[in-house]
Amino acid sequence: MNGIHDMGGMQDMGPIEYEKNEPVFHAPWESRVFAMFLASSAWHKWNLDAFRHTREVLPADDYLLVSYYEQWFSGLRDLLVRRGLVTGAEMESGVPAPGTAKATPPLTADKVPAALPNRLHAMRDVQGSPRFQAGQRVRARNPNPVGHTRLPRYARGKFGMVDRDHGVFVFPDSNAHFLGEKPQHVYSVRFAARELWGEQAPQKDAVYLDMWDDYLDPA
Amino acid sequence: MTTNRRDFLTAAVTAAGAALTPELSHAHDHEHQHDHEHQVVPSDPALRVKALESLLVEKGLVDRAALDTLVDTYENKIGPRNGARVVARAWVDPAYKARLLADANDAMADFGYLSKQGDRMVVVENTSSVHNLIVCTLCSCYPWPVLGLPPVWYKSAPYRSRSVIDPRGVLREFGLDLPADIEVRVWDSTAELRYLVLPERPAGTEHLSEEQLAALVTRDSMVGVTKVAPPQAGVSA
Repeated sequence: MNGIHDMGGMQDMGPIEYEKNEPVFHAPWESRVFAMFLASSAWHKWNLDAFRHTREVLPADDYLLVSYYEQWFSGLRDLLVRRGLVTGAEMESGVPAPGTAKATPPLTADKVPAALPNRLHAMRDVQGSPRFQAGQRVRARNPNPVGHTRLPRYARGKFGMVDRDHGVFVFPDSNAHFLGEKPQHVYSVRFAARELWGEQAPQKDAVYLDMWDDYLDPA
Repeated sequence: MTTNRRDFLTAAVTAAGAALTPELSHAHDHEHQHDHEHQVVPSDPALRVKALESLLVEKGLVDRAALDTLVDTYENKIGPRNGARVVARAWVDPAYKARLLADANDAMADFGYLSKQGDRMVVVENTSSVHNLIVCTLCSCYPWPVLGLPPVWYKSAPYRSRSVIDPRGVLREFGLDLPADIEVRVWDSTAELRYLVLPERPAGTEHLSEEQLAALVTRDSMVGVTKVAPPQAGVSA
């Protein structure tokens, strides 16, 4: 989706606002939203791609206006209802529907340390030969899907060089919409700054993007 | 859910007291930053978040002790000191550095920060001729296991938008003016690989222990927006 979230290469967004000695959370409610999202993700009713997409579909002015954890909160509420963990009526009333059995939370405090090292859980141990090798010249495809994608606009149609093969990962474009994992190789691809931004860019500089097989053509 | 989401957002904006005129985009940006700086969090989100937590606990969807543990973990246990220890080890131990660059998961597992089979991490090395910078233009991907949760500026539109098109300008905002002959490599975290910069070891630190070196390493240097400064006079052992 060509949304406001895909902002790589935009200009005039203002200076970078740096906060010295910044706290991890700026208010207790932010930390609770953060923790609720991680804990309820343990039901495996959604994935990170789907969560990212809930933020991407926010109206552009809201996306820029509300804080990061407000985006998380709205995304969490969306997924909880859409994926059936909470009904719309419960979300409105704030109380469980009468007669519903209490569930057992899958993530308990003792399980937290073991759960964190594989939180992203996106690699897949499946066979499948890579379409590209390190050193190979490639061109990013130029799709304009209305759904989720991790191929930024600024790289579409551009030529690059495969730097390394990271292995097989789930494919966000389908996974975000619960249309299957479509596991495939992900490569680090080097794009010269001049290829992306034109002749005024410094000659040696480069941007590396992680690209799925389905984002690339041989060139 | 669209209605609910809009309601929430509208309520949050109203409570923040932001009198917004759409044509005044800079005023709009200013109000946004203002909220972050002064932490004027509308009471409305706090109440709504509390209500959702009660509902999820009552339904048995989340365990309150698990929430407390998650918050405590990222507030107090997992943060840039993790990454600093990895960097310091790489500075003093060439064999460790080689492992770190070849297979960061394997090397970081020594400290218990990552599992060999878990989420993938990649370490990129700054040298006298190459400077690396990490960004996530599409959202907020950041190496949690070694740096903790990202600061607001890392997730902000100014940093995300300009890091790829004008990394040298971004670095100048952080006080780092790189010579033209240095190659700048920007790593846009578009997939589930997480990047960490291995900064250059500053001059004048030959006599420092691994622990003293770790104390010099900052979060910002491991994102690549600054270099590690040499020890201040009187601080070094």
